[in-house]
Amino acid sequence: MTTAVEGPRRRLRAGRVWPPVVFGVVALLLWELLVTVSGIPAFLLPAPSAIATQVVASFPTILSTAAVTGGNALVGLVVGFVLGVGLALLAARSRIISELANPLVSAAAAVPIVALAPVFTTMFGSTTELPRRLVVAVVVVVPVFVSTARGLAQVTPVHHDLMTALAATPTQFSRFVRLPGAVPYIMTGLRLAAPASVIAAIVAEYFGGLQNGLGSRITSAAANTAYARAWAFVVASIVLGLAFYLAGLLAERLVTRTPTRREP
Amino acid sequence: MTPDTAAPVELVGLDKTFAASGGGAVHALSGIELRLAPGEFVSLIGPSGCGKSTLLRVVADLEQPSSGTVLVGGKSPRQARLEQDYGIAFQQAGLLEWRTVAENVELPLHVHGVAKAERRARAAELLEMVGLADFAAHRPSQLSGGMQQRVAIARSLATRPKLLLMDEPFGALDEMTRERMQAELLRIADETGAAVLFVTHSIPEAVVLSDRVVVMSPRPGRITDVVKGRRPRGAATTGGRGVDGARPEDAVDDVRESADFFTAVTEVREALRKGSQ
Repeated sequence: MTTAVEGPRRRLRAGRVWPPVVFGVVALLLWELLVTVSGIPAFLLPAPSAIATQVVASFPTILSTAAVTGGNALVGLVVGFVLGVGLALLAARSRIISELANPLVSAAAAVPIVALAPVFTTMFGSTTELPRRLVVAVVVVVPVFVSTARGLAQVTPVHHDLMTALAATPTQFSRFVRLPGAVPYIMTGLRLAAPASVIAAIVAEYFGGLQNGLGSRITSAAANTAYARAWAFVVASIVLGLAFYLAGLLAERLVTRTPTRREP
Repeated sequence: MTPDTAAPVELVGLDKTFAASGGGAVHALSGIELRLAPGEFVSLIGPSGCGKSTLLRVVADLEQPSSGTVLVGGKSPRQARLEQDYGIAFQQAGLLEWRTVAENVELPLHVHGVAKAERRARAAELLEMVGLADFAAHRPSQLSGGMQQRVAIARSLATRPKLLLMDEPFGALDEMTRERMQAELLRIADETGAAVLFVTHSIPEAVVLSDRVVVMSPRPGRITDVVKGRRPRGAATTGGRGVDGARPEDAVDDVRESADFFTAVTEVREALRKGSQ
């Protein structure tokens, strides 16, 4: 976890951008060649060109479904994040809450979302986005709580003595020392949770409910043997996941950017 | 006894034992009797484990005494802590990296709900006093170790305490910086009129700073001797600030180079040797 926080600053430089781009293009060309030459059936693996055609053809649908899935992921992410940080703050304040919260979060970590999604869909009805958002929130709470709790525990003895000598209240102690000191850890938790929130939002759609998201479109396209279209929605899911991952990374970089001397 | 005439620190029959792992007990302090006069500078010196830091922490209400009486400005240590009657500095500066230098100095006032404008003004005044006015907007990590320690001292003075508790504040500094900081501290002590309880294990530091050097020995931690220090007083330390002529360092250097100073250093050294036998 600490290596994630202190990880070296990667910078976008031409020398680092080109290799993966070239690799990607070559891989796509090989894929296209393989499919057309060897005649692999479309239900096994559609050609990239066929997928691209479907992306263009279904673009308005892709946008609207991605917005729904992305919205669910975002709402769940925010709720889970607030819950995770809040719970960790309470756990840092009180031993009892800590002892209650730790097994609860461990339990949440052990719950497979595939098990949770159908149950939530039945519990909260299949005509609302609520079950999906709840699934996302449960998935997000865990990494955010764990890394926040770790960050809050990083108080040095001298800061502890200082705040005691200053007769600071527990709330002031959290506000002035614990919470600001934990920020890098909290942001790491957010970066880990962001792409996971998209995965959870998509998987949650596989278990019924509204048919307006990327996940439900993938299942329905595949069920209708429209494999290239299913793949087009898969591509959209990848893009959405990447967008969340990059947003999380950016947020982490912005917040933990310190004005201290850093190697150029 | 009114707070004005009360001794800044008064310890009577102070004992402190820690429960040791394995069921035993460590006798950290035994029969400590010590009284500071207002404005007096007292150093505690002794080998590691003699309880000098524990003594300071008891006064600061960071540790509880096992028995005996502890009065800080005539109050219980807890009351003195809650009312911010003392300022404290540790070996580590303990600055908060997410606050600017000025905001670090303001911290004690911020904790006690002082309005922002007043906090700002007081921080500016204190940073001026420790010669760091130009660094108010910097982050602690941009400062050298000596500068960070000066910020910590400025912070300890924020609430205008009549008592300063310092636990080896210059212990991690190089010798040159250390000597300059000692001169700074003497000037600040003179300007504020605060009494200082100062933990160190440097004999010359204790002698040059103190009115009295309290020599301690370990197992159990107790006071074995009290030696008169050679603190330069009054105009000698403050006179030259900001104008041409004598700088505060000069007055302190004069003391450091005097034969009388070496006599006192020898006296403390012998007291330490005697105590450890």
